[in-house]
Amino acid sequence: MKVKTKETVVAWWMVFPAILVISIIAFFPLFKTFYDSFYEFGLRPDIERKFVGFGNYVSLFKDSRFIAALKNTIFFTVVSVALETAFGLLIAIIVNQPFKLRGMVRAAMLIPWAIPTAISSQMWKWMFNDQGGIMTRFLENLGIIEHGVPILGMPQTAMWAIIAVDVWKTTPFMALLILAGLQLIPEELYEAARIDGANLWQRFTKITLPMLRSTIAVALIFRTLDALRVFDVVFIMTRGSVNTETLAVYNRVLLMDRAFTGSWFGYGSALSVVIFLLISIFAIIYIKSLKLKLD
Amino acid sequence: MSTKTKKFIYNFVLVISVIFVLVWCIFPFYWAVVSSLKPNIELFDSNPSLLPKNPTFSNYVKVFQERPFHVNIINSIIVSGITTLTTLIFGSFAGYAIARLHMRGKAIVMALILSVSMFPQISILGSLFVILRKLGFINTYQGLIIPYVAITLPLTTWILQNFFRDLPKEIEEAAAIDGCSRLRTLFQIVFPMSAPGLVATGLLTFISAWNEFLFAFTFMQKPDYYTVPVAIAMFAGRSQYEQPWGQLMAAAVIVTVPLVALVLIFQNRIIAGLSSGAVKG
Repeated sequence: MKVKTKETVVAWWMVFPAILVISIIAFFPLFKTFYDSFYEFGLRPDIERKFVGFGNYVSLFKDSRFIAALKNTIFFTVVSVALETAFGLLIAIIVNQPFKLRGMVRAAMLIPWAIPTAISSQMWKWMFNDQGGIMTRFLENLGIIEHGVPILGMPQTAMWAIIAVDVWKTTPFMALLILAGLQLIPEELYEAARIDGANLWQRFTKITLPMLRSTIAVALIFRTLDALRVFDVVFIMTRGSVNTETLAVYNRVLLMDRAFTGSWFGYGSALSVVIFLLISIFAIIYIKSLKLKLD
Repeated sequence: MSTKTKKFIYNFVLVISVIFVLVWCIFPFYWAVVSSLKPNIELFDSNPSLLPKNPTFSNYVKVFQERPFHVNIINSIIVSGITTLTTLIFGSFAGYAIARLHMRGKAIVMALILSVSMFPQISILGSLFVILRKLGFINTYQGLIIPYVAITLPLTTWILQNFFRDLPKEIEEAAAIDGCSRLRTLFQIVFPMSAPGLVATGLLTFISAWNEFLFAFTFMQKPDYYTVPVAIAMFAGRSQYEQPWGQLMAAAVIVTVPLVALVLIFQNRIIAGLSSGAVKG
């Protein structure tokens, strides 16, 4: 018993630094954001602090810029996650086939993931440039866009360009996650199905998809969490102009640009809380789907 | 259809698909390399060529002459390096305690740490900025390192916790019987045995600190303190309308090549680590 108590003390000391850092950097600021969201104030010292209750939240839902950002975020999330899952599944199946240099192809799939988003966004911004941009040229030749249209300067095309970058970056990663699930399906299942005369499509829908369900579900929610807080790619490609602003981009404008000139910090905090709650819903689903087990 | 034609169609579709996957993954990077080697006149050709006609390294020279890009690289190395070391130390302590030691409420502790990985960074950005400003940590290395440690700890602790759990328990038990203290066991037996896991986890931590943009962009407000992603995002030419794309691509290539090389070398361990972080239940 005495040994156990001593061990418990050691254990607590060992988790203490980690708990301390995340408390200071994550939990305390989160708590403070909730608290600040009930006040009207700015970051300039001469702006008076005023309690407004749920006032900030009420005005937020009357703010057309917020509504637009919410719509853009949902559009971005739904389209990019759907495309990433579909392409990810397809690519996972391709690289699961036996062929020469398979290891090399799988390694190459890590490249888009490893390049910092800020850098890959700039690489794509250059490819989408109206002068000398190779993607612009390519899309013009295919007849998808008209000559001389600045892709990143038009509301109809800019969001799709942003989605393209996200899909490019994340799909190979998604494919690697799905591939891990694919490799767990026993080969005997397919052999038995083949003997029973099941064709390729039947084998895919009756074996592959059901067996991959939990892997795909987890990857999908994981990606949704990420997509809902998207910032880097939108900020770098368009700065949120031409109707591409997402919640996180608008939130930063409120907290960091406007808060120094007017009483916007409390309002920005309210938006931070809304983003937090929105993501929490998906995080809870995610945790439930993982069925975390810690003895 | 005979089996032979079927086989041929299968192979044909497979080859096309594999080429498609390869082009998808490599082309933007390849294009950055090609663009960085082109002189400015060639860059804006209405029919861009897939190889530079007159390759030049002038963009690579200019990127260090016309801006403090080497300073940005040093900033990134310092911030990501110290973050990685600190996170590995804190994370392996916490991970070992959770994996091996007798402790009540360890599920709650792990859940608490993991929950931070789901926090949207933007939700704490404002308050964190105010706190760091009060401490005088804006435009300092520690002002970025401390937040980075917090946001990389969850994944690191989780992966290491899984790793320690898979180590054979008998060796530690034998050490305990021989009178070796818990801490000594940790430093002299567990850590050396976990070296490969620590390296792979450290690499993941390093990459996420190296790639982070939102905090770096908010907490480092002077160009001399910019990390690489911020410097590249804020890249500007002499005038507002003239973006030096050649230089920008050269900068992108310079910082991407080592990263890509590291990832290719450690690919198996990274995939294993990531899937244990994202999928393992």
